[in-house]
Amino acid sequence: MSWPPPGPTGAERPEREYEKVAAPKKGRSAGAQSKPWRSLALILIAIVALTGGMFASGNTTPRLGIDLAGGTSITLRAVPERGQESAINKANMDTAVNIMERRVNGLGVSEAEVQTQGNDNIIVNIPKGTNSKQAREQVGTTAKLYFRPVLATEVSGGAAASPSPSASSSGKAGDKATDKTGDKATSTGSATPSATATKQGRAVTDGLKADATPSAGGTTSPKASTTPKASTSPAPSASGGTSNDATAKLQAQYAALDCSKKDVRATAGKGVKPTDPTVACGQNSQGLWQKYVLGPAAVDGTDVKKAQAVFNTQNASGWTVTMEFTSKGAKKFADITGKLAQNQSPQNQFAIVLDGDVVSDPYVSQALTGGNAEISGRFTQEQAQSLANMLSYGALPLTFKEDSVTTVTAALGGDQLHAGLIAGAIGLALVVLYLVVYYRGLAMIAVASLLVSAILTYVIMSLLGPAIGFALNLPAVCGAIVAIGITADSFIVFFERIRDELREGRSLRPAVERGWPRARRTILVSDFVSFLAAAVLFIVTVGKVQGFAFTLGLTTLLDVVVVFLFTKPLMTILARGKFFGRGHSWSGLDPRRLGVTPPLRRTRRPSGPAAGPVETKEA
Amino acid sequence: MSKLGNLGARLHRGEVGYDFVKNRKIWYGISILITITAILGLAVRGLNMGIEFQGGAVFTTPKHMSTSVSQAETYAQDASGHDAIVQKLGDGSLRIQIAGIDTGKSDQIKDALSKDLKVNSEQINADLVGPSWGQQIANKAWQGLAIFMILVVIYLAIAFEWRMALAALVALIHDITITTGIYALVGFEVTPGTVIGLLTILGYSLYDTVVVFDSLKEQTKDITRQSRWTYSDVANRSINGTLVRSINTTVVALLPVAGLLFIGGGVLGAGMLNDISLSLFVGLAAGAYSSIFIATPLVADLKEREPQMKALRKRVLAKRAQAAAQGEPVAAESDESSFGDEPEEPAVVGPRNQPASRNRGRGRPSGKRR
Repeated sequence: MSWPPPGPTGAERPEREYEKVAAPKKGRSAGAQSKPWRSLALILIAIVALTGGMFASGNTTPRLGIDLAGGTSITLRAVPERGQESAINKANMDTAVNIMERRVNGLGVSEAEVQTQGNDNIIVNIPKGTNSKQAREQVGTTAKLYFRPVLATEVSGGAAASPSPSASSSGKAGDKATDKTGDKATSTGSATPSATATKQGRAVTDGLKADATPSAGGTTSPKASTTPKASTSPAPSASGGTSNDATAKLQAQYAALDCSKKDVRATAGKGVKPTDPTVACGQNSQGLWQKYVLGPAAVDGTDVKKAQAVFNTQNASGWTVTMEFTSKGAKKFADITGKLAQNQSPQNQFAIVLDGDVVSDPYVSQALTGGNAEISGRFTQEQAQSLANMLSYGALPLTFKEDSVTTVTAALGGDQLHAGLIAGAIGLALVVLYLVVYYRGLAMIAVASLLVSAILTYVIMSLLGPAIGFALNLPAVCGAIVAIGITADSFIVFFERIRDELREGRSLRPAVERGWPRARRTILVSDFVSFLAAAVLFIVTVGKVQGFAFTLGLTTLLDVVVVFLFTKPLMTILARGKFFGRGHSWSGLDPRRLGVTPPLRRTRRPSGPAAGPVETKEA
Repeated sequence: MSKLGNLGARLHRGEVGYDFVKNRKIWYGISILITITAILGLAVRGLNMGIEFQGGAVFTTPKHMSTSVSQAETYAQDASGHDAIVQKLGDGSLRIQIAGIDTGKSDQIKDALSKDLKVNSEQINADLVGPSWGQQIANKAWQGLAIFMILVVIYLAIAFEWRMALAALVALIHDITITTGIYALVGFEVTPGTVIGLLTILGYSLYDTVVVFDSLKEQTKDITRQSRWTYSDVANRSINGTLVRSINTTVVALLPVAGLLFIGGGVLGAGMLNDISLSLFVGLAAGAYSSIFIATPLVADLKEREPQMKALRKRVLAKRAQAAAQGEPVAAESDESSFGDEPEEPAVVGPRNQPASRNRGRGRPSGKRR
């Protein structure tokens, strides 16, 4: 209610004066009121399209979080080493997430998800039906990255293995060599791209000295293809140099190892001391599993100072991975590469072993002493980056601490979901009941709007599951239930405005049109505050709070959409109808029930001191 | 409805109403009292921090356990070597809390428990929390709270004015203090769920306040161009005008939360639903109270200190005095007396209470107005 400007207003009817001042100019031109059908059609189309999308994508229910579906959820917190507080940054956290994902999914869990939350938290969700204990152990331990010399290797498992007949001579038959040993330890020159067809075998080049060594091109291809010798057998593995017993055992292990089997892979080479030789699995560029006999670790993952994927423009070798070692690491690396360079393939290779899996097995053609090295091969950008990530992980000055572990059985999860739904239903029913009692016919509009809002929320949640990994957890359900109140409140603000206008003596249609602009502003302002709260919570907090904030924010946004595109147009249309337009006693807009009795109004209103406009006229 | 509808109409016209602004001192006093009690409660009793804040484990067994609570307590103590708190929940499941154990040891305890209780260990729900987890959640919550307050004050200062922003902030702090105070006094357990509920109050408490402010802003747009009402009068009218809405909003917000509380507390016995809804329930009630009784009167207080508003007040009072001299003794007297008694006090005169008497006076053809 604003003050009417002082002036010669006495002649006019008070309401008119009031209208002139009160109705913001914009309100009248708002498109929604002139074309209510259009807005309704718009939101209807949106609903149909979204619902269609939902069914088309096959995600007809929202993805459920661990606490509703059952499973284990682990929250880890990164703890930086002393003096390295800056190590908690996005790049490092992402690397850690990648590694953990590898590990957890390596257990045969395909649904496990690992994600960062906030600055320094990682959440690992493992659905029910998997061995949560094992998963926890996997996630909880620090990743172990080692550089081990390769003593023998071959493709493992059924179909793939062409060399199997020559098992004893294992190493690599010619063809295989091309498959697999492509990499080279060459200088940057890496003159022979052809030879390096594969991802897995890669050349380590001494980045700095690159040009100095001419060996590059020459060494590679011939070595790869010809070296029958290396293949003699893994047994000699002089380098391993342990007792015969151990060697024999290793030999047996190696022979029995079938890397194409998932469960075998999961255990192969795990938990071996770095100082012992071991067997391990890795995947080569053809996607075939390759098995290895590896010597004791020569360089530790922590000796890597930095690893990066670099696009090498100088010699067209494409994406490469550069490594920088610590001074200690550089020395160790120089030693081992010096030794390896004298060997024949495959014993001139070293394997980069992460958690017992060979992630890369470049070969070396010379001692690399500079403390820098480059692994080249035909990497795609992604491959190079993923390798660099793994290499950096060893260098991450972070350890991860278990902050919380929640195991929810499927039974309890189901109960909680059930309880949440019942609570929602009760809440909704109570709200509807209250609205009906208080607003009568108007409540139908409110209920229809709530319904639209509910449908939209449901469909969008379902779609967000696959899209951004949204999972409905218990706090999110709470958020949705609480949001019923916020959504209903928008209608209350609107209805009260309309009633106020009616009390001013207007008939319904103008009352709706005049009430709307002011209700709209109130709704926007208050929804903004609510949304702000949700957004801040979402950004700042972690875990369960985040799920709650997300739902609250989403429903607040939808509330605005629904009020603008559905409630208001519907109100406009219904105001034209008989039931509401004439103020049926059950419509909730009956002037008499609102205390507006036209005959009385004349005499009474002016006498009300609060009827500002009238009073102030004389002022 | 008709009664309520009529009430709404009469509130709208100002025929009935409560002078919130005039009586603000009473409400300030009550609020200060409650706040002091809350702070005392916090200081003396402290909050009953849940296991999440101390570190430890909560195991929940499947439904319908035949084991007695004391028996389970013994089992749990034997298995863990720590004191255990065991509750029997509504559905017959046992909730076993063991504080101060390491997350690493929990699997062992879980296995031992499952053996003792004769349930499959896969059927036991476990919630293991490191000692710093709850603290971390709380810290992040504080951080969120601070950021939100700063942002919202800036926003309200732009959308309305700094006085309203300040008043809203005071109301918000008031709500949060009261809620935490009640937690301290009653001894409810504080869990991350509680923190979530508390944070939600942020949005809600302000939501309500903002609606009243919006109406206040609208009504006071041209206030200096008239000399009938002081700022406080108008503020009061805004509160009364939005009263129906405020009540409706609060009821509508509380109903679903009540549903949650009923299901969470009554059926599930304990857990996240219960924690969230309990703090929400308390906070929402406090929020509705503060937006009506604290925030708006505070704005009026602040506003009346402005020179412009002081001038307006003077004009209004002068005019009323004049009107009184011309034959409206009842209303004018009360106006004048309050003015005379407390000249520095802003807005003592609410139109709400007086209308009744004035109405009667004016309803008669006094000839004054036409």
